[in-house]
Amino acid sequence: MTTEELIPRLKEIIKPYVRNQEAFNNLTEQTDFLNDLKINSANLVDVVLDIETAFDIIIDNESMEKMLNVKAALDIITQKLGEK
Amino acid sequence: MNNRVVITGLGVVAPNGVGIPAFRHAIRQGISGIRFFKELEDLKFSCCIGGMPEVSEETRLKYLSPLQLRNFNSSGILYGCMAGIDAWKDAGLSIDENSPTDYDSGTVFGTGTSGVDKYRESIYKVDAGQVKALGSTTVIQIMASGISAYLGGILGLGNLVTTNSSACCTGTEAILMGYERIRAVRAKRMLVGGCSDHGPYVWAGFDALRVLNYKQNDHPEQASRPMSATASGFVPGSGAGALLLESLDSALERKATIYAEILGGASNAGGQRGEGSMTAPNNEAVQRCIRDAVKDAGIAAADIDLVNGHLTATAKDATEVRNWAEALGRSGNDFPYIHSLKSMTGHCLGASGAIESVAAVLGLKEGFIFPSINCEDIHPGIVECISAEKIPQKLLENDKLQVVAKASFGFGDINSCIILKKFPG
Repeated sequence: MTTEELIPRLKEIIKPYVRNQEAFNNLTEQTDFLNDLKINSANLVDVVLDIETAFDIIIDNESMEKMLNVKAALDIITQKLGEK
Repeated sequence: MNNRVVITGLGVVAPNGVGIPAFRHAIRQGISGIRFFKELEDLKFSCCIGGMPEVSEETRLKYLSPLQLRNFNSSGILYGCMAGIDAWKDAGLSIDENSPTDYDSGTVFGTGTSGVDKYRESIYKVDAGQVKALGSTTVIQIMASGISAYLGGILGLGNLVTTNSSACCTGTEAILMGYERIRAVRAKRMLVGGCSDHGPYVWAGFDALRVLNYKQNDHPEQASRPMSATASGFVPGSGAGALLLESLDSALERKATIYAEILGGASNAGGQRGEGSMTAPNNEAVQRCIRDAVKDAGIAAADIDLVNGHLTATAKDATEVRNWAEALGRSGNDFPYIHSLKSMTGHCLGASGAIESVAAVLGLKEGFIFPSINCEDIHPGIVECISAEKIPQKLLENDKLQVVAKASFGFGDINSCIILKKFPG
């Protein structure tokens, strides 16, 4: 799956947790979940769960700790999809 | 110098009315909120009826955001948030998520237990080895203080934010605790109340104790029968009640509508001594609590116009009435009016004291005494003690109503009583 294909799916997943709509509308690979989108840090847990369900992958604790921005999330999803 | 404490906002989510207008209509008309639940029958409950507020998805979204409602499964917290937010707005206070922290306002919002359904959901996942799947909101929904934590964040409260828990005394005790904090000049405003989950997992233990009415599954609306000779157990309920308490100075300064004044109150326990036990009251302690409340309020027992009783619809109702008569030194025709909201709502457990206090305050402000339904056949032990006319079977309009005593008694042999007075104007 290409980055262009992944981004809309990721956006759909994080949408309910976003508290800065403007940053969400202008989302790029550099967008940070906490600082830019103002997602509550506790909700990162839910984002990861939702990603796991949507892509049918398992994200380990170490990978989850790195998932703080769009690029890291895309890399981890791509990696886990590749391991399937 | 102590503050005088008044009530400037009300909110309620009751089995027979969600929101003050619907609730007012129901309690004036004597409308029962007790219904039959197939789910209870399927689970082989003896008592298959209960009181559950009807809240639509649309209504939920008026109080909690889609994000807050994601993976949300705590009816008690939902009811508490609805009642709490309503009371806050009713007092003319605003809600703004960007407002500065309000260090003058706090909350004591109680629950007997809440988040039971969420807990159940979590336990299944944990036992299946799916701890990770619990998500981020399990803790906040199952911690005892969940309700005060939700309200504290929604309203931006910066004073004391806590949850009390004292079985069926919870709601009345919360009012007293908030009252004491304002009286002691440690807060200007306290949102106080109580909430309780609905459903089989909260009610099951009472069903097992055989304290519920299992004889009238076919007649839900007649099943909650406080003070009746045919009372044979209480009907479980759920919901929330909330009151915004405020120092008189603050209320006058804001030109807020004042519903009533809290003159005083008392909490105590019977120590599970004498006839007291984990589940039965020590009568000496009950009477002492009522007397202490009257004394704390600085009134005479003769000043009380109306008693809003605990009166759950068990064989103990006659004992409660005798305790009131003994404590107040009033009986027969001299006894105040007495009624039980549980006749219409069932016993809303941790929320009961708060929901019933909302009813008491409404009646005081608007000059009416709601009917105590389902006691056409008053228990002989009660008629021996007080005149039957003191139990209103129909709505009484009464603009002379000045002082109401409200009490709740709970498992653990605990008691709470507050004294409310009409505020002039």
